[in-house]
Amino acid sequence: MRIGDFKESYATDEAVFTTSTSRFWLGVLFLILALFPFMVGDYLLYMANITGIAIVAALGLNILTGAAGQISLGHAAFVGIGAYTSAILSNRFGMPFLICLPLAGLASAFFGVLVGAPSMRMKGLYLCITTLAAQVIFEFFFVHWESLTGGIRGLNIAPAKIFGLNIGTEFGFYWVTLTVVIIAATVSRNIFRTRVGRAFIAIRDRDISAELMGINLFRYKLYAFAVSSFLAGIAGCLWVNHLKSITPEHFPLHESIRFLAMIIVGGLGNILGAIYGAIFMTLIPEILQAILKFFEEIFPQAMSFLFPLQTVVFGFLIVVFLVFEPHGLAEMWVRVKSYFRLWPFKH
Amino acid sequence: MDFFLLLLTSGIAVGGIYALIALGFVLIYKATSIINFATGEFMMIGAYIFYSCSVLLGLPAIPSFIVVMAGAGLLGLLVEKTILRHMLGQPTISIVMVTIGLSSIMMGLAEMIWSSDYKSFPALFPRAPIIVGDLIIRSNLFWGFVVAMGTVGIFALIFKYAKVGVAMRATAGDQLAAFSMGINVRSMFTLAWIFGSIAASIGGLIIGNIGGVQPNLGSIGLKIFPVVILGGLDSIGGAVLGGFIVGIIENLAGGYLDPLVGGGVKNVAPFVILVLILMVRPYGLFGRKEIERL
Repeated sequence: MRIGDFKESYATDEAVFTTSTSRFWLGVLFLILALFPFMVGDYLLYMANITGIAIVAALGLNILTGAAGQISLGHAAFVGIGAYTSAILSNRFGMPFLICLPLAGLASAFFGVLVGAPSMRMKGLYLCITTLAAQVIFEFFFVHWESLTGGIRGLNIAPAKIFGLNIGTEFGFYWVTLTVVIIAATVSRNIFRTRVGRAFIAIRDRDISAELMGINLFRYKLYAFAVSSFLAGIAGCLWVNHLKSITPEHFPLHESIRFLAMIIVGGLGNILGAIYGAIFMTLIPEILQAILKFFEEIFPQAMSFLFPLQTVVFGFLIVVFLVFEPHGLAEMWVRVKSYFRLWPFKH
Repeated sequence: MDFFLLLLTSGIAVGGIYALIALGFVLIYKATSIINFATGEFMMIGAYIFYSCSVLLGLPAIPSFIVVMAGAGLLGLLVEKTILRHMLGQPTISIVMVTIGLSSIMMGLAEMIWSSDYKSFPALFPRAPIIVGDLIIRSNLFWGFVVAMGTVGIFALIFKYAKVGVAMRATAGDQLAAFSMGINVRSMFTLAWIFGSIAASIGGLIIGNIGGVQPNLGSIGLKIFPVVILGGLDSIGGAVLGGFIVGIIENLAGGYLDPLVGGGVKNVAPFVILVLILMVRPYGLFGRKEIERL
């Protein structure tokens, strides 16, 4: 509790950013994000873009799994549906990017509701396995519905334009990703301040109690599936317009697990956690590659260990965070902040 | 008709192997309520231990087999003591993810140790195919089925008659009651992991003997989910039956539908059936409906 932090009106009590300090640092963050593309090269911009896309997808999964407590092993499939929808719409009907974006989200949301429908009768592990089945089945369709998805060769799309401006470059796309990330984060944050978001949390904490308090379980679970896969679809649309090509190999079960790992490492049910987690998990392979490059001089075969090492570190991070830091990076960050608030004094 | 019988027999043979792996999975679930997403990786490690013993060290089949059992038991013990002991009573998502993390670690380590190349076993069984009437069954599949069913039988006998088995069943039935009867519930948890790991590794051995070993051999482990869900997560008999159902369905579906859609039906069919069955019976065919109290 900060000294002098009086809340004198409902507006101040309900504000997301309660102190002028946090508003100041938010401003600094936006300034850095706005200057970032002018200072770095294409590679870092590429990293920023894929991180941004991962953030949008992770925010979506965070609503479903983190807040509403429904484990989904099929999130990558929803990202895939968004990506395919967007690619097909722009290839076959020549639709512009700004129309593809919401339509990709809606298509994913539709399938999300379809997959969420069994949640009326089952929950927990059984539902988790149903989403696993959805992942496998959608993957099958990506590969085998060749007339629509192009099979294993996939689809290619032309660089997207917004009002005649080319956003096909890393620089141009950065602004699109940034805008979508900011909107997605704001929307997710605000969902938790409404009845719907609080109903999600009530369902996660104890579904029977939630039902007794007048929450229609089935309807709210479907909302959670819809919102979550809508964001996944948006991420998918960004994804395909960023890479400009798409194959079924991009959306395997492992990708779903990676999204789950992001929100666990970041902090379940926490907006900032999803963002930290997405950034962290996207950067880890790069960091490992840098470390192995460093060791290559001493140990020439180091690079051949890159792929298995990534797999090991990935699993290790999930296990370590679950056993030692179940609330994730977000909680660590809060602890570090509160430690330094009074530093160097103990109390 | 011949084609049908061929598919049916290979379905039954594969189903028997699934049944064994599912048995290990259900053992762990019944005792500790932990759903083991790393089952496939336990299989893979078992197969690799066998490969190392028989090919790299040149041991004969039986001693290699004993080393595999010991190694798998040790692995189960280690995993339970170091990681999963901490996860008891945690929310489902944590348990699911911790075993997924574990599977990732095991897969990466296996690739580091044994490389990602394809490795094949020396011939364990007589190569001559088994001929029953008009049917010809691949010898690896037939003997694999025999070994799998033998192992399932041994496990069944242990549960029925051995003191340990009865104690494990008691623990699974009611932990508190088991505790008050003087059963060491904690060591039963460890034992469940040891048994589960051994069952999986024998399954891995059989699969490795049929198709060779690779670090992603564990992806077969995903098929376990349709199997155990069909049978109901907490029913051993159901798991065995589920194994046969899935084995037969995937072979029939693969045989008849693959030419129509261009392959891959074998892997997706069990999941389609899974979804359909869960729509009708949300707790699987033999699972018990849980009654929840606030």
